[in-house]
Parts: sequence; structure tokens; C-alpha cells
Amino acid sequence: MPLDEREARALIEKVLGRSKAEHCEVSISGGRTGNVRFARNTVSTSGVTENTSLRVTSSYGKKSGSASANAFDDDTIASVVTRSEELAQLMPEDPEWMPPLGPQEYSPTTEWFEPTSRYGAAERAAAAAGSVLPSREKKLITAGFLSHSDGWNAQGNSSGLFGWRRATGIDFSVTSRTEDGTGSGYAARDEHDASQLDADAASRIAMEKAEASRSPRAWEPGKYTVVLEPDASVELIGNMMFSMDLRRAEEGRSFLAAPGGKTRMGEQLLDPRITIVSDPADPRTPSSPWDGSGQPRERTVWFDKGVVANLACSRYWAEKTGREPLPGPGRIQMTGGSASLEELIKGTERGVLVTRMWYIRSVDPQTLLYTGLTRDGTFAIENGRIAYAIKNFRFNESPVAMLANVEELGTPLRRSGHLIPPMRVKDFTFTSLSDAV
Amino acid sequence: MRRRNFLQYTSGAAAVAALPSFRGLDAEIARALTPIPSADRKALADAALTAAKSAGATYADARLNRYLSQSMSARDGRISSVSNSESYGCGVRVIASGTWGFAATNDLTPEGVARAAREAVAIAKANARLQTEPVQLAPVPGYGEVSWKTPIEKNPFEVPLSEKADLLTAASAAALGAGARFVNASLRFVNEQRYFASTEGTYAEQDIHRQIPGLNVTVTDSATGRFQSRSELSAPMGMGWEYLSGRPAGKVAGPGTSKYGTFYDMIEDAGRAPEHAKEKLAARSVTPGKYTLVLDPSHLWLTIHESVGHPTELDRVLGYEANYAGTSFATLDKWKSKSFNYGSPIVNFVADRTQPHSLAAAGWDDEGVKCKEWMLVKDGILVDYQTIRDQAHVLGKKESDGCCHADDWASVQFQRMPNVSLQAGKTPMTPEEMVSGVDNGIYIVGDSSYSIDQQRYNFQFSGQLFYEIKGGKITGMLRDVAYQANTQQFWNSCSAICDRRDYRMGGSFNDGKGEPGQVSPVSHGCSTSRFDDITVINTARKL
Repeated sequence: MPLDEREARALIEKVLGRSKAEHCEVSISGGRTGNVRFARNTVSTSGVTENTSLRVTSSYGKKSGSASANAFDDDTIASVVTRSEELAQLMPEDPEWMPPLGPQEYSPTTEWFEPTSRYGAAERAAAAAGSVLPSREKKLITAGFLSHSDGWNAQGNSSGLFGWRRATGIDFSVTSRTEDGTGSGYAARDEHDASQLDADAASRIAMEKAEASRSPRAWEPGKYTVVLEPDASVELIGNMMFSMDLRRAEEGRSFLAAPGGKTRMGEQLLDPRITIVSDPADPRTPSSPWDGSGQPRERTVWFDKGVVANLACSRYWAEKTGREPLPGPGRIQMTGGSASLEELIKGTERGVLVTRMWYIRSVDPQTLLYTGLTRDGTFAIENGRIAYAIKNFRFNESPVAMLANVEELGTPLRRSGHLIPPMRVKDFTFTSLSDAV
Repeated sequence: MRRRNFLQYTSGAAAVAALPSFRGLDAEIARALTPIPSADRKALADAALTAAKSAGATYADARLNRYLSQSMSARDGRISSVSNSESYGCGVRVIASGTWGFAATNDLTPEGVARAAREAVAIAKANARLQTEPVQLAPVPGYGEVSWKTPIEKNPFEVPLSEKADLLTAASAAALGAGARFVNASLRFVNEQRYFASTEGTYAEQDIHRQIPGLNVTVTDSATGRFQSRSELSAPMGMGWEYLSGRPAGKVAGPGTSKYGTFYDMIEDAGRAPEHAKEKLAARSVTPGKYTLVLDPSHLWLTIHESVGHPTELDRVLGYEANYAGTSFATLDKWKSKSFNYGSPIVNFVADRTQPHSLAAAGWDDEGVKCKEWMLVKDGILVDYQTIRDQAHVLGKKESDGCCHADDWASVQFQRMPNVSLQAGKTPMTPEEMVSGVDNGIYIVGDSSYSIDQQRYNFQFSGQLFYEIKGGKITGMLRDVAYQANTQQFWNSCSAICDRRDYRMGGSFNDGKGEPGQVSPVSHGCSTSRFDDITVINTARKL
């Protein structure tokens, strides 16, 4: 059973009561997850897991150590507290150690939904059936995954900080392939509230894309105008957002470092229509109201009309440089346009519709250059309409350049927990062709 | 919440004090190293198996695993974090109505594991209506009560923290002293105390050790705002503390810079890294085009992993990974033809979970199959795949290859990659001799950026150090290098492989696959190899 706020507070106080250290920080969590996996038009694996976690960090002066285990009984609590204290006492001082935060005010977020909490084996099997049965009828081959979770976590410390939250989540993704192996389509949806998830609709989209992507033609690699569905761009944009750190920029080891030891704060790096914020209270994509150190996460503007507006700053770096600390982004919300995907395609004379990107890896952190491939449905756009399927490309591109080259933005959609618009981008760099379907 | 845990299965600190090998250790670390009595784990496992059978399972296995991890990291010469973690629980997997079901719990009571077993059976039955053909398991002997341990000289968990801190501090000081602007150094040790039991009659207890050292050294140029980094040239290993001893026997001389084999000298590596990073900062940006590549094992292991290890996973070939990791170009028709040229005739890939010091080594896999060695590619021809019990029949095999693995007690086991290694060349050749035969090439050391498509045709790799080869000699360092190729074209362009003397392993702690995502540790051995006519691109950009 999950611990409610009162039980979690009592447990944290119990752990703190065992501490002999100068400072003690405790985080506890627990939950239940369930999943079903299907492939080759049948269910492959399915399961549920229940677990708990206890983590204790003890500090003496600027010396600290952490220990964790996965039970809450008295013996385990004593063991984890003692181990963290032993580790702390054996460690040299860390000059960057910061004392634990005192009590904090956290903005309320709505992250828990009852329909997700009661999701079970029958619902999982039904979601799988919604893809498996029509795939058999249409002579397509489906593979997919649904997972749901109901978890809680709490943190507290010897300086009086306390926070508790409970959150649910459900994710569904599906890949449909043609029997001849020449076509493949994908769709993914994620929600906090299971009643908002339409898994069958996602399955239909994947099947449509699989059929439309049969027998692709080859286009030469090069620079193209691309229309990016949110599933295609979300990872690249996320990688950029999680690289926005002030210390790394000031230390000269970031794409935001500027000559002479300066940073690119205040520079117009992206198209002026783009604004990117992170707001834990956004009802479409709610997220934790605190970060790992217990700092409150508030609505933060990272790019304001394309200008670098904020960089994340740790408590240590803030103290050292005389600034206010700023936690990094959780889930992000990107805005700037209102076109539909169809309108973006209609406005494209010749270009590539990219529906998914895959195996994205950093190539050069200095320019935030990434490589990766298109996957599961890549299409030629000619004269404002999808003309035919084309083979997948490998790209080498920076999300910074991508978002500077935006021609038009659409209405944001929730994908992978973030709000990302479809967009049309010019001069996107494809460097080779892939035979993969 | 009523949770019982491991302490119920040990005799507490008094018993720990009586164990001589733990003398002088902190009581808590010594306690975690004290094995959980097999009889206690057997009793719990039997409770789970009995409950599963009573609920209607035709097969069941239970894994009662305890995972210990210790990590320490240093930032710019100062220890910045130390952490110990421990996790213990039970995963129960069943076949009921011909369908798999799985449930896991950290409630380690007979009632708790029995409840998980019943839930696993209920899940299997709920999904059975979608099943098209029942699960078929290849036969496996019941081995009775057996055990296996990673062969180590010294248990890293028994090494005092101060010794670990001294190593990281000294390595960092070496880098800072040689001109590094920033240095991050880390150690991580893992001990898996696994217990497997199945209705086939096997009770396998295994004590697995592995470790991964990490190093990242950065130099900056404030005038231009540019920076370059160089990471460790070590490998994660299934070894004890002895790997970090820096013994001379582990040092491999050769072109460019020295590399490491079965022993790693972190202080020496850290001391050399700043010079390498400065050379990269000043290096000429590569001219794109076709080159002969000479690839050191510290680099080539990752290309093997992505372009040979993954495509020969039978679950990918069959479509079980289609929604995530992808499928494979190495389709069954290519295997059946017995003539698919995966590589040139000198290319031989062997799979195993038995190689000493390797990350995938074990005695038994996670469904009670004894680990072994077999060929995947022989004389350049695709001859086999990697299987588990429910796949062996697809290939007409009489037994599983022993590739079943789960990354946690809470994760369901499935087909994971064994060690996949390129056999050493049969003709005597050193890396120096190989370089001397190259007219226009690049010698690449160390791994870096890597990316490959979902069927494993098109890949792009980068590295840590790129040495230009002109007229058989190394002429200096290049930067902004990445190569792109098609898997079959790449391995067919392999024109020379150094001999056994140069054979070394690289590997990954975190090979990702499956949904929900799991990681697995795997090693890949090879000797320095030559590849002709490979496309190299220039990755420099301006923002």
C-alpha cells in the first residue's frame, strides 16, 4: 500500500530519529508498476512489480555519504543510516558540499489519477488486443508496449524540509509493420490519467503509417526542408534543454560558452517565435514540484522568443558566483504556433516528413551536434502533399540550428511527457541513406 | 508496511565479526557481504514455485537476488560523492495456459512470494486469449544445487574506501598536473548475489562481480570558447580490485599511445589524457573522404557490439523488439542460405558467456541453462544466432544457448547478448606492422559517439583519438572524425586482423534493450583490425 503524506512524514521522522550525523537527508519512495508487451501479433511478456526505496545521506561538516536499500523495517532503517554515517566519516571533505535546505514551500501539482491507479491485467490485455486483433485482420504485424505506474515519493531532512507527492502515469507505444517488411509505422501516447489514453487510436495511426510507408524510394542525402512530427523532435529538444547549465557555460565547456569566458545568455539562438518554459503545475504535463536537492521548481522561461533567458544553476555555483540557484527543467512546454500538421505539409513545396527519430547520440558537445536516424515512416512531400514513402536517412544536426531554422510551428502536443509542436524546418542535414525499414 | 528483509537471513553483526576475511571492515559493509544462507533462499524459492504450480502454472522459475553497488566519484581532485546501494527481492516467472506471466516483490516472506507467484499466473491467464501458439521450451537438465563465482583476486567491496579515494585523488592530480582544466574520475563496483530456482529442478547460486572505472579530462581555450575532452582508455571488467592495480602486464605498447589490457593504470591514463585533449584542440580538422581505418580494440568493441552483437539476437530477428530496439537485417533466410557473407573470409565471431574477466560471464543463465561458447559467423558466413529456451525450436536447435538474463529481481528475464568477440587473426601481425602497411588512413583509439539504425545496416561511430596515417607512418592527430558504413560492407572490407598477442576486451555496463528498458553487461574482444575504403565525415559545425 502507498504511504500517504502523514505516514511518509512519520517514517522520515523515524529515520531522522536514528541519525547521529550533523545533517541527515532522507528520501523514500514506493509504488507498483504493471506492463504488457506484445509482438508478432500476440502477447510476449507481461508483469507487475512492487518495490520500495529508502535512501539516506549523512553529513559531518563537509563530509557526506549515502546508502540505500529497498525496505522500511526497523533493521533496514538502522542499517542504512549506519552505513551512510560510516561512509561519511571515512570521506574527505567536499569543498562543494552544501548544507541541506530548510523548510520549503512547494506549489501544488495534480499528478495522481484514480483510473491509472486501478489499471490492471484486464485493461492491459484490452489495450494489447486493440492492436493485435486489427493487425491480424489487416495482415500487418504489430509490436507494442503499455506500462502504467502508481508511485509516491517523499523527502525530508534534519533541517525541517519535507515534501510528499504521489503520481500516476501510463505510456503506450506501438509499431506496425507490413508482412513483406517494406513498411513500418509508429505511434506513442502518454498521460497521467489512463482515462485520457486512447490506445486504439494510436494503434490505428501506426497501421495507417505502416501501409503508407511500403516500398520507399531513395532520395539522395543532403539538406532538406523537413516537417517534424513531435515524436521526431522531442528527444533532440530535450537534449538541448537538459544541457542548459550555467556552470558548464561559464567554465567554457558547453554549447552556451562564448569566447573570453562569457556565456551566450541573452543571445537570440532560436527563431523568435519559439518560447520554451518548464512549469510543474501545467495541467497538460504536470511534474515534480521539487528537484533532487529539494529546491522548489517554479515556472521558468528558458528561451523567451528565441533568446536564452535562463540557465540552471546549482546551489553551490549560485553561492560561489553570488546568484540565485535555479533548478533545471522538468517537463517542458514549447510554444510558438498554431498550424496543424496538415497545414505544415500543405505549406511545403518539397520536403521530408519525419515521423520518428531513433538512436540519437551526441557527436560534438561544442555545437550540440547529434546524429541519429529517421524511422517508421519517412515521406516525400511534393507540392503541399505527401507524395510517397522514402527511405530512412541518417542525420547529423544540432537542435540549436534546427530551432533557428524553423519556418513554421504548429499546435503543441504531449509527447514523452513534454509539450512539443509539429514544425517545418529548412536546411536539415541528412548525411547518408539507411536500408532499414 | 510490514517488510522483512535480508537481516532475517543473516546472523547479524556477531556472525560477521567471526568471518576473518572481513576483519577491519565497517560492520555494515561486512554484513552486506555475508552470503544469505542458501537454505533460506531455497525455502522461499520453493514457496514461490509451489504456489505457481498450485495456481495452474506448467513451468515456473523464481529469482531471489541481492544486488550491491558501491560508487565513488571525484571532481577536479576532490571526492564529491560516495554511495552504497542494496536491493533484494524476488521475481517469479510462470507459464500458464501456454503464456508467460511475471510478478516481482520485495515482500520476502513465504506469503509474499507466493502472492507474487499467483499474480504471475493470473496475468498469464489474462493474456492467454491473445496467444496464437503456446510457449515451447527447449529441454534443459535439472542440475540440482549448483554454484558459480566470478574468479577474482580481491573483492572490491573489501577494499577500504580510503584506498579508493586515494586512487581517484591521485589520478585527478595527475591530470590536473598535466594541464587539465577539469577532471572527473569515478569507480563503480557491482556484486550480484543471485539465486535461481525452477520447476526443472535447478537451484543455482551465483556470486557475480564487475566494475567500471571512469575518467573524463577536459581542456578549454577561453580565447575561442572551444574545448576538448578525453575519456578513459580502460574497459569495464568482470574482475576484482586487481584490475585497478596498474600491473605492467596490463600495458599494451603500440602506435600512438599506450593502451590497457587486463590491468588498468588509471593514474598513468589520467596523466596522459590532458596532452591528448590539447592535441585534439590543436589538431587539423579531417578532410572528408574514403580512408583505410585501423581500429584499436578500445574502439572496435563498440562497433562489434552494435553491428554484430545486436543483429544476431534472435528475438530481434523474429520481431519481438520491433517496437523499441528494432529488428535485424540478418534475417532467417540469410542464415538458412549458409552463404550470407556477413564479413570477409578472415572474419570469425564467437559468442560466449564463459570468457574469463568478461562482463557476461556466468555459470548458468537466468533460466537455468549452463553457459557455453558457440560460433555466430564462421569464415565470414552467418552460421547462428543467440537463443533462449523459448526460441531454440525456431532454429531447430535441441538446446538454448544460455542467453536469458534480467537486470534485476524486479525485471523479467529475456534474451540478452552474450559476449560477442572477433577472433584474433591467424597470421602473425602487430598493430605497428598493420599501420606500416597503410598509405592513407586513420588509426582510431577509444570509443565515443555511436549510432546505428533499427535493423543494424547504417552506422556512425566516432572515437577518442584519431591519428592520421600517411605512407605507413602516424603523422599527427586529427579532429572532427566520424565514420559511416553499412554493416555488411564494413565487415567485408576487413582486410587484416592482428594476432592473439593484441587481443583485448572492451565492453558496456549498460547495454539497453527491452520494454520496460533493461540494461545488461557485455564484453567484446578483438585485436586491432584494418578496414579499407570507409567513408569518413567531418563533424565540425558553427552555431
